Amino acid sequence: MEKGFNWMAGGPQGSGVDTAANIFGRACGYGGLYVYGRREYHSNIKGLHSYFHLRVSSNEVSANVNDVDMLAAFDAETVVRHISEIVPNGGIIVDQNQLDTKILEIPTLPIEFKSIFQEFMKENGIGTRLADLLEYVRNKGIHVFEVPYMELLKQIASKLNIRELNKITRMINVLTIGISFGLLGYDIGLVEKAIKDIFGEKPKIVEMNLLALEVAYDYAKNNFSKDFSYRLPERVVKEERIFLSGNQAVAIGKILGGCRVQTYYPITPAADESEYIEAHEVLSTKIPGVEVGVVVIQTEDEIAAINMALGAALAGARASTSTSGPGFSLMVEGLSWAGNNEVPVVITYYQRGAPSTGLPTRHGQDDLRFAVHAGHGEFPRIVLASGDIRECFYDAVNAFNYAERFQLPVIHLIDKALANSSQTFPVFDISSIKIHRGEILDEKMLDGIEYKRFAFTDSGVSPRVLLGTKNGVHWYTGDEHNEYGHISEEPHNRTKMMEKRMKKLEAVNREVPITEKINFFGEPNAKNMIVSWGSTKGAIVEALNELSREGYSVGFLQVRMVHPLPREYIKETLEKAERVIDIEMNYSGQLGGIITEKTGVLMDFQIVKYNGRPMTTTEVYNALKLVLDGRAPKRQVLTYGT
Amino acid sequence: MALRWQDFKSDVFVDWCPGCGNYGILLALQMALAELALEPHRVVLVSGIGCSGKTPHFVKVNGVHTLHGRTLPFAQGIKIANPDLEVIAIGGDGDGLGIGMGHFVNAGRRNVDMTYLIHDNGVYGLTKGQASPTLKLGLKVKAIPKPNINEAVNPLIVALAAGYTFVARSYAYDTKHLKEIIKQAIQHKGLALVDILQPCPTYNDITTKEWYAGEDRIDPKTGKPVPRLYKLEDVGYDPVVHDLSEDFSKKLAAMEKAREWGDKIPIGVFYKNELIPTFQERITQRIPFYMKNPPAKQKICDDAGSPITDVDVLFKELKVT
Repeated sequence: MEKGFNWMAGGPQGSGVDTAANIFGRACGYGGLYVYGRREYHSNIKGLHSYFHLRVSSNEVSANVNDVDMLAAFDAETVVRHISEIVPNGGIIVDQNQLDTKILEIPTLPIEFKSIFQEFMKENGIGTRLADLLEYVRNKGIHVFEVPYMELLKQIASKLNIRELNKITRMINVLTIGISFGLLGYDIGLVEKAIKDIFGEKPKIVEMNLLALEVAYDYAKNNFSKDFSYRLPERVVKEERIFLSGNQAVAIGKILGGCRVQTYYPITPAADESEYIEAHEVLSTKIPGVEVGVVVIQTEDEIAAINMALGAALAGARASTSTSGPGFSLMVEGLSWAGNNEVPVVITYYQRGAPSTGLPTRHGQDDLRFAVHAGHGEFPRIVLASGDIRECFYDAVNAFNYAERFQLPVIHLIDKALANSSQTFPVFDISSIKIHRGEILDEKMLDGIEYKRFAFTDSGVSPRVLLGTKNGVHWYTGDEHNEYGHISEEPHNRTKMMEKRMKKLEAVNREVPITEKINFFGEPNAKNMIVSWGSTKGAIVEALNELSREGYSVGFLQVRMVHPLPREYIKETLEKAERVIDIEMNYSGQLGGIITEKTGVLMDFQIVKYNGRPMTTTEVYNALKLVLDGRAPKRQVLTYGT
Repeated sequence: MALRWQDFKSDVFVDWCPGCGNYGILLALQMALAELALEPHRVVLVSGIGCSGKTPHFVKVNGVHTLHGRTLPFAQGIKIANPDLEVIAIGGDGDGLGIGMGHFVNAGRRNVDMTYLIHDNGVYGLTKGQASPTLKLGLKVKAIPKPNINEAVNPLIVALAAGYTFVARSYAYDTKHLKEIIKQAIQHKGLALVDILQPCPTYNDITTKEWYAGEDRIDPKTGKPVPRLYKLEDVGYDPVVHDLSEDFSKKLAAMEKAREWGDKIPIGVFYKNELIPTFQERITQRIPFYMKNPPAKQKICDDAGSPITDVDVLFKELKVT
């Protein structure tokens, strides 16, 4: 498999790791390369370790592999944490001044990490200092590039006439970028362009960073020119490409899809989406002179967020809210009201490690069953799960269309690995996107008729009237209600009303094309059939392609609409297979359980992971190979990640 | 043709207990809507859960009967999406000041231009008489086994501190006064609170209709009861903030008045300030066409269903080629 070039930058939170990754990713983009980058950070503002793992390739990449080809360490801890991920012949960029750091005295290393690492040091006879660790890996064929960060910063300071060094220590990130690209012999002009783009509106910062880049780039060229053989295959491409995160993809999808009220309460990893929308709240349209605006409201809690969105939806705006597990827990009563009152609302649900506060900044797909079952009582809903950043965009539009066509809440499941990863794509094609608002009656259509908001119909969907429409006074209630929306406890009405609501799921089954519900990869009648959902897609598709090349018979059924589950299709596909392999980022294999419940098909093998770090292509490939070769236990638990 | 209150009556049977203060509130509301000549389709009544929650079903305007304590988030969402609507939120004291207190305070910070009526009777009626947040400490109403162990909140003082720009109190059985106060609240530019004192003949056997009427204290000279309620407008109280510099002193005066209880209980407008920008005005600062083309009325696609929002500018920011 083409692993590409894997670059990692790490340092204390607040030291510019994100910016470094953004510069690096963009610079690669300008060289015609594709990038996938994963951001990892602690629930902390400043000081604890964070890193960005970037994979660069001339082909589209959508997951990490286990390797690190070059580690740009802003501090000693980064070296210690990631040393085992660096491949032979790979390189470490390290601060010369840190060499005497006593590894086990690094204060931000947690005790549970230290005890494991101490064992590793003992087994391999590694001394106490960082220099000893570096000596050990040097012997394994890893290149260590010791760089005097402080001296270079002093040079930069004197060129800029800056006396206080602390003003420029923030540029360690750009320093390591300069060293990295110097080692790679990459076109410095492309990196300069990236810096100018990112700091565009701050000429002073641009100047400082360009100088830091140049100084570091030259230092690498002059001191390590022959030591590193990796080269990035830069080339000129004509197509337009973008580099964006899942948060941004959802936000743009919502804006394009007509979201006009977005509510939220700050929570990781959802809030970036709302902030992005707020920053772009006024937009022009294809109609000259007409502008549109999205009102973004930060509410007092998630209860207000969902209920305010419901109010906005009743008034006729496409409305949504974004949250993660703890917030969704608070929204559940509102969700039930939306189901009962057939309100078109979209809830974008960014999963993270759970239960409770769990792993607030780490990855998990623990909430599938919660999304499917949340709420007291039975009511129709749709649960969508996007598999990559591109799907996040299209599903964000689809979510509103389904919500309004079928008049129900739509939960759009994303996860931390999608939210905070960034990836290069050709600009999304929007030419085929359509907006379906469902049946809405206006003043003229209502003239002379007695309007019933919950009129019994064949499909279960009753024509909607937006609050404020003349001739269309109507009522809603969370109580069971009659066709008018007034409270009713009559048994026959109750039976009919339950059936009216629930049969909308049949309409979803009938009317939404399978291509919007399932993605299929590999051999249609494969002996080995993988099922999964969400961000595991990237690693699975890459592993599957490799295994297919090796001659294995593998197919992958990625479920994008989890509820209502397209059970006929799934049943038919899985029943033909010899082995069904469930791959999920949770403990119990939640999708597998749902599939079994709905289709009777059992999962033969389970590959799960729940350590808070997404699956890599490497580990999925390895685990699948064991299954395909008949050497795997029924359940494999993956553990890669730092 | 002038509207009558009967024009705002729905066909639904009103199922409150005989003698309930809600009847007075319902009538006052219908009269206010009629006198203001509001078109029924432009009005939205939003309610929570409890006896007060049923009110929208009895009125022939749009009604949204929501969740316990969530009246205000729904109402604000409706108003923000379509500021042309006349939004009136209704809630009970348990509904709005117990389970919904977080929303009550935060709504004040926004000052969305709408009305909030609190049915304030000191008890949870529909669950059979438990103490509500406005029941005074130590009182033992009929259905609770022990005297109330919690201090009461004063909704007016909380509202003043939270940023409500119209704070008033009225009484369910003084329909005329209540109607006038509701009219003023609807016409007020900003978030208006009306705390409506209301006997619960079934569960509150302390602050009863007779208690408010002062039937326990007979004036020896006239031989008539001395009512506990008095009107602020009758004592020359000026609630209006004419200049922002007097805002704080007006608030303090209002709080001072709001503390009065027992033998003399003021009703009327305690505070009114239209100099604070409404949420609508604040949004307009950022989205200039908001009032003209609000979220609920914006066109989002052309006749062929293609989205009209131009996202090229967003893609351009993210471009790496």
